[in-house]
Amino acid sequence: MVYFLIFISAIFVNNIVLSQFLGICPFLGVSKKIDTALGMSAAVTFVLTLATIVTYLLQKLLVMWQIEFLQTILFILIIAALVQMIEIILKKISPSLYQALGVFLPLITTNCCILGVALIVADQQKLLAKLPLGADYGLLSGTIYAFATAIGFGLALILFAGIREQLALAKVPQAMKGTPIALLTAGLLAMAFMGFSGVV
Amino acid sequence: MNNAMKTLTNGILKENPTFVLVLGMCPTLATTTSAVNGMAMGLATMFVLICSNIVISLLKNLIPDKVRIPAFIVVIATFVTIVQLVMQAYLPGIYDVLGLFIPLIVVNCIVLGRAEAFAAKNSVGLSALDGIGMGLGFTMALTILGAVRELLGSGSVFGLNIYNDQFAALIFVLAPGAFIALAYLLAIVNKLQKK
Repeated sequence: MVYFLIFISAIFVNNIVLSQFLGICPFLGVSKKIDTALGMSAAVTFVLTLATIVTYLLQKLLVMWQIEFLQTILFILIIAALVQMIEIILKKISPSLYQALGVFLPLITTNCCILGVALIVADQQKLLAKLPLGADYGLLSGTIYAFATAIGFGLALILFAGIREQLALAKVPQAMKGTPIALLTAGLLAMAFMGFSGVV
Repeated sequence: MNNAMKTLTNGILKENPTFVLVLGMCPTLATTTSAVNGMAMGLATMFVLICSNIVISLLKNLIPDKVRIPAFIVVIATFVTIVQLVMQAYLPGIYDVLGLFIPLIVVNCIVLGRAEAFAAKNSVGLSALDGIGMGLGFTMALTILGAVRELLGSGSVFGLNIYNDQFAALIFVLAPGAFIALAYLLAIVNKLQKK
C-alpha cells in the first residue's frame, strides 16, 4: 500500500518538474512536439531508474570507505558512464529502440533531474522527507520513487508539449513569443498541479 | 585590452546566460525565493565558473578530444565539491536553504557550456574574464528575479520589510510564481532588446 502511495505522490504531489524544479532544461527544450516529448520521457524513465539503483549501491560503498565527500564527482561520472553504456547496449540489442531514443541519451547526461534524484535517493533524510508517512528507506522505496518520478516527468512533459503544439497556432504578443509564453504556461500547469498537494 | 573588456561585459548584457541564452534554468527557478538566496546561488556558481574556466583553459592542450566532456565534468565537479564543503562549514544557513542545488551546479548548462564554447579555445586570461562576466550576469539575473519574487510574494526585499505581507501574493514564492515571474522578466528583456 505504501508503495502505491509513493507512486502517486512522486507523480502528482511532488512532481519533479512542476514542484521540485529539476529537469527544466529538457522540459523547455524538448517539448515543442508530442513525439519528441514521448521519446525524451521514455529515455529518462530508462536512465533514471537504472542510475538510481547504481548510485544507491555506490553510496553504500562510499559510506563504508568513508569517502562521502567524493559523492558529487563519482555520481556524475557513474551517470555519464551509464548513459554511454546504455547507448552502446541499446544499439546492439534493439536498433529500433535506439532509433527512437538514441538522440536524447547524450542530452540526459547533463540533465539535472538524473543527478538530482540520484542525490535525493542516496541521502536518507532527503528521501524520507519526500516519501509519504510510513515509507521506509531502502532500495525498493528508492527505486519506486525514481521510477514514479520519471513517469511524473513524462506526464508533465507530454502535457506541456500538447499545450505548446496548440500555442503555436495562437496569436501571441511579440515580446512574449517563444520562451516567455512557454514559461507562463508552465506556471499555470504548476498551479494546476498544486491542487494535488495534500492528497497523500 | 579592448578584447578583454568585450569578453567581460559579454556575459553581463549581450549574452546574459539567463535572459538571453536561457541556460541554467533549474537553479534560476528553484533558488530565487528571496533576493539573498538568488545572490548566494549566483555567487557560488560564479566561483565554480571562474575556477573551472581557468583550469580547463590551462589544460586545454593536454586533454584528448575524445575524453573532453568527461574531463571537463571532473574538473567542474572538483570545484563544486570545494564549494559544497566550504559552504557546509562556514555558511550552514545558506547551505540548508540552497540544499540540493549546490551539487547540481555540476550539471548547470552554463558551466559546461562556457567550458566547451570558450575556455577550451581561448587563453587563460580571457577565460577567467569570461567566467567573471558570465558569473556576474547570472548573479545579477538571479538577484533581480529573487528580489521581484520576494517583493511580490512576501512584501520585503533583502529582508527589509517594504509593505505589510498580508497584501502580498504568496504564489510568487511558490513554484508557479517562479515560472510566471521569469516569463514576464524575459518578456520585458525581449521588449527592451527589440528597441
